[in-house]
Amino acid sequence: MGKLDSKIPSGPLAEKWTNHKNEINLVNPANKRNIDIIVVGTGLAGGSAAASLAELGYNVKTFCYQDSPRRAHSIAAQGGVNASKNYQGDGDSDYRLFYDTIKGGDYRSREANVYRLAEVSSNIIDQCVAQGVPFAREYGGLLDNRSFGGVLVSRTFYAKGQTGQQLLLGAYGAMNRQINRGKIKSYTRHEMLDLVLVDGKARGIIARDLISGEIERHSAHAVVIASGGYGNLFFLSTYCMGANVMAAWRTHKKGAFFANPCFTQIHPTCIPVSGDHQSKLTLMSESLRNDGRIWVPKKLEDAKAIREGRLKPTELAEEDRDYYLERRYPAFGNLVPRDVASRAAKERCDAGYGVNKTGEAVYLDFAAAIERYGKEKAYTMGLKDANKDTIRKLGEEIVEAKYGNLFQMYEKIVDENPYKTPMMIYPAVHYTMGGLWVDYNLMTTIPGCYSAGEANFSDHGANRLGASALMQGLADGYFVLPYTIGDYLADDIRTGAIPTDSAEFDEAEKAVKDKLNRLIAIKGENTVDYYHKKLGKIMWNKCGMSRNEKDLKAAIKEISELREDFWNNVRVPGEATTKNQELEKAGRVADFLEIGELFAMDALDRNESCGGHFREEYQTPEGEALRDDENYRYVSAWEYKGDPKNSKLHKEELVFENVELKTRSYK
Amino acid sequence: MSALLKSSIARKVVMALSGLFLVIFLILHVTINLASVIDPETFNVWSHFMGYNVLVQFLMQPILIAGVIVHFAMGFALEIQNKRARSVNYVKFKGSENAPWVSRNMILSGAVILAFLGLHFYDFWIHEMTYKYVEANPADPTRYYEETVAKFEPMWRTVLYVISFVLLSLHLWHGFASSFQSMGVNNKYTPGITKFTKIYAVVIPLAFIFIALYHHLNPVMH
Amino acid sequence: MKLYLKIWRQKDANSKGKMVDYTMEGIEGDMSFLEMLDVLNEDLITKGEEPIEFDHDCREGICGTCSLQINGRPHGPDTRITVCQLHMRRFNDGDTIVIEPFRARAFPVIKDLIIDRNAFERIQQAGGYVSVNTSGNTVDANAIPIEKEMADKSFNAATCIGCGACVAACKNASAMLFTSAKVSQFALLPQGRVEASDRVRSMVRQMDLEGFGNCTNTGACEVECPKGISLENIARMNREYLSATAKG
Repeated sequence: MGKLDSKIPSGPLAEKWTNHKNEINLVNPANKRNIDIIVVGTGLAGGSAAASLAELGYNVKTFCYQDSPRRAHSIAAQGGVNASKNYQGDGDSDYRLFYDTIKGGDYRSREANVYRLAEVSSNIIDQCVAQGVPFAREYGGLLDNRSFGGVLVSRTFYAKGQTGQQLLLGAYGAMNRQINRGKIKSYTRHEMLDLVLVDGKARGIIARDLISGEIERHSAHAVVIASGGYGNLFFLSTYCMGANVMAAWRTHKKGAFFANPCFTQIHPTCIPVSGDHQSKLTLMSESLRNDGRIWVPKKLEDAKAIREGRLKPTELAEEDRDYYLERRYPAFGNLVPRDVASRAAKERCDAGYGVNKTGEAVYLDFAAAIERYGKEKAYTMGLKDANKDTIRKLGEEIVEAKYGNLFQMYEKIVDENPYKTPMMIYPAVHYTMGGLWVDYNLMTTIPGCYSAGEANFSDHGANRLGASALMQGLADGYFVLPYTIGDYLADDIRTGAIPTDSAEFDEAEKAVKDKLNRLIAIKGENTVDYYHKKLGKIMWNKCGMSRNEKDLKAAIKEISELREDFWNNVRVPGEATTKNQELEKAGRVADFLEIGELFAMDALDRNESCGGHFREEYQTPEGEALRDDENYRYVSAWEYKGDPKNSKLHKEELVFENVELKTRSYK
Repeated sequence: MSALLKSSIARKVVMALSGLFLVIFLILHVTINLASVIDPETFNVWSHFMGYNVLVQFLMQPILIAGVIVHFAMGFALEIQNKRARSVNYVKFKGSENAPWVSRNMILSGAVILAFLGLHFYDFWIHEMTYKYVEANPADPTRYYEETVAKFEPMWRTVLYVISFVLLSLHLWHGFASSFQSMGVNNKYTPGITKFTKIYAVVIPLAFIFIALYHHLNPVMH
Repeated sequence: MKLYLKIWRQKDANSKGKMVDYTMEGIEGDMSFLEMLDVLNEDLITKGEEPIEFDHDCREGICGTCSLQINGRPHGPDTRITVCQLHMRRFNDGDTIVIEPFRARAFPVIKDLIIDRNAFERIQQAGGYVSVNTSGNTVDANAIPIEKEMADKSFNAATCIGCGACVAACKNASAMLFTSAKVSQFALLPQGRVEASDRVRSMVRQMDLEGFGNCTNTGACEVECPKGISLENIARMNREYLSATAKG
């Protein structure tokens, strides 16, 4: 295997992390002052890592393309963050969180990493509460929990529908404290354009000041890539508009392996596409599936009538509705994992039961929950024979308290009142489980280059469970990297500041400038968005919720051709030496056009269905995913070889010693 | 202290406190004025007391004048700062969509009240000072009623008076309750304070206006 | 829909800007306001003109990046939303729409409709946090029970997205609502009480240094705040500030 040493510590699963922490090298506090670390991305992973490393005494520089670290897209995470606190006393434990995550990821993640994640999850909640994160509480003053998909316990901590925002503000506050102390230098409106290697080690980055257009050199003893996922290559997704793969992809091109690029999460509950000009899709939190019931009409003619506006969903009788998740998966019902729920929605819509104009939407209905809550409330208020309207009103109030901001968001976008008529939802690209390959220490295959959060691949396997992204980002940043990075930096205490006038920096800067100038010089016919949208269509149609060999092969060819056309016909107005949003976009789309091809190649290589990767050729007679543990129980780690199509596949065998590989069933 | 007064919040508290002080003063003022309508005798007695009592003249009067000066000076200073806080103005700004006219135009209502105070000082205070200290006339405890009523004889002065008190009403309508917010009071009593403010802002200026009109319509016969 | 747009164009921070007229046709009600600007930009690029630069990112009303004054109001004619949540169905055929950046001396224009909000960053850096290390060696989360009402109030203050609409709406360009939201979030929680005095003093000092105007309690900020942050927070900050100052 050579390069692919996952460095998993020996010993029993539950003791690996503790033993590892006891054995790795430390840097003494005086020496930390002489060591610089660059953190790219300031979301939950980057922000928490930057704050923690600065607290330890390292000199940290952070980079984000937004005008404030607080605006990183972690802020949009709605539902919650998991932790095995077992405050509800419902049987939760580190092991159960570990097991649920491994199973939810369809046995395509590393046992040791996932166990560590479960182990530190409780610390996250303690830490965030200490920082003043206002989690939801019960009347007794203690923390409240709710349930998320794919699990049978209540372990999700939340702050209404804005958990990501609150956690990010916590990390941002911790960062600000270090900025105020001078230990973090925050570079906002800056974009990393390349990684600089000196003697094979990551020693700095080339960044562009997005306001002045100036190209800057920044050196460090280690670089942390925490720049998020690449789901925006689908054009339409729940990602923010600026989300991009540039930092991770350019690190990949400098030698870091890219793992499992085809593992993408398509989230089941998003607001459906409404028109051609749509720029983005909006997520409706998974927490809604706690109370919402998903259905489509039972009869094709009813679905048709609804699509044509002749029939209202509220008019359809109970027996004419098909609550297909409850029907197919009675044990988990509406709370099956995301990949399962998404595919089930697609299956119904493909069969002609879709309920909006385009036929690509299903209902998420709160009527039953409103009635149930209303009755409960009326009862506790002593209203023994409350009429229907009162019950409805009381129920709506409770639903509003729980999900008010989501309902409001829905109404603003769709122009329909979700308290009165069921929401329409459809799956959309939401998260990428794939990312830079990292070992147990979160180091990529480039020495000194680390990756944290969504940007790495390590913990979610082929499918991420709800409320686990926030958990992983913070675990990596607060509790893993601060330890493991010291192990590497212990060798750097005598290195001294890394000069930025070396040949390596010269070369990297020149390459970056050439690329920018080339983009401007093409002066072609088509806008950047034209290519981005075309790429998105190919990805969605051929590499989306279900994939097959023929389509994937076609996708590889089409993406490659599109990339060729892009580099000959794109039009980027303005100059490289000023603020230029089109140039920013062009650079990002250029990278999407490369990773798209690798994505399809990876999907083609994986002749099995697992998690979010569903190959039509590999399914059970009931249409469930068919995994092939014998041949595909590995992490695909791709090495860049000058062009995506020449990428070389390395395999990291996954070893399961603590769980038994089973067919994932939620029935 | 001077460092403290550089803070925006402290300056606002100074505005609030001086404003509230003037609000309380208005009650005293309107009470005495009302006497001129009800009973000229009482009015003369009260006025004479205010004019010749040592405490009132040499302690309360300077405090009042200081309060007026602080309120206006700080008001203008804050306004200048506020204007400077937006160096380039909006091409289109719809303040009316999100805030009431009175709250956005305190400087306007305040300036009109200041102009009125100029006239008021000229009419009464300067007159009094001249009478008492420049010309050194002997004390005459019965002159106040007639002097006051005579002031309201000309139409123009009565009109100015009425206009000024309408603006005072608007100024109070926002300012009174707002001073509580500036001092950090926003709690379960706030709706009550707001309601009281509205009553106060209407009743007090209305009383002044009533008095002016009453005297204008009922001049003293010579 | 046919629309007449008047948009602020400014080359860079040092240039003088001006309003430029654009006419758009075929706008659909289901489009978001920013998607309408996307379409305009695609047109401009195709015609060989420079597109209009505007800030935006999440397009779901949470990141606080978008910062447009539309027809004289921050985030446009609706309340409780950001620009990215505004849809064209809110406008009528033939309407004229004036689009400007949020304006304040403390928010200088970078280019076209993009502003520099680093003043907000510096206010937060001055003390918008609890000074606790991220070691994970804190007490168990449930060791600090917090009254639900306080926790909810703190949460409501913490929902501020830092967009700057409060400053943009205020006739004085005051940043009191923003600053007070942060001060309140922590002042309401036992974890934040420890440093409450220092925090409010530092944050207010920084706010004043940035050149924002003073609060005259018009309430415009509360009306225009996409998250409905309450004026109660400003009163709370005033209170906190006065008691911190009294303590010396």
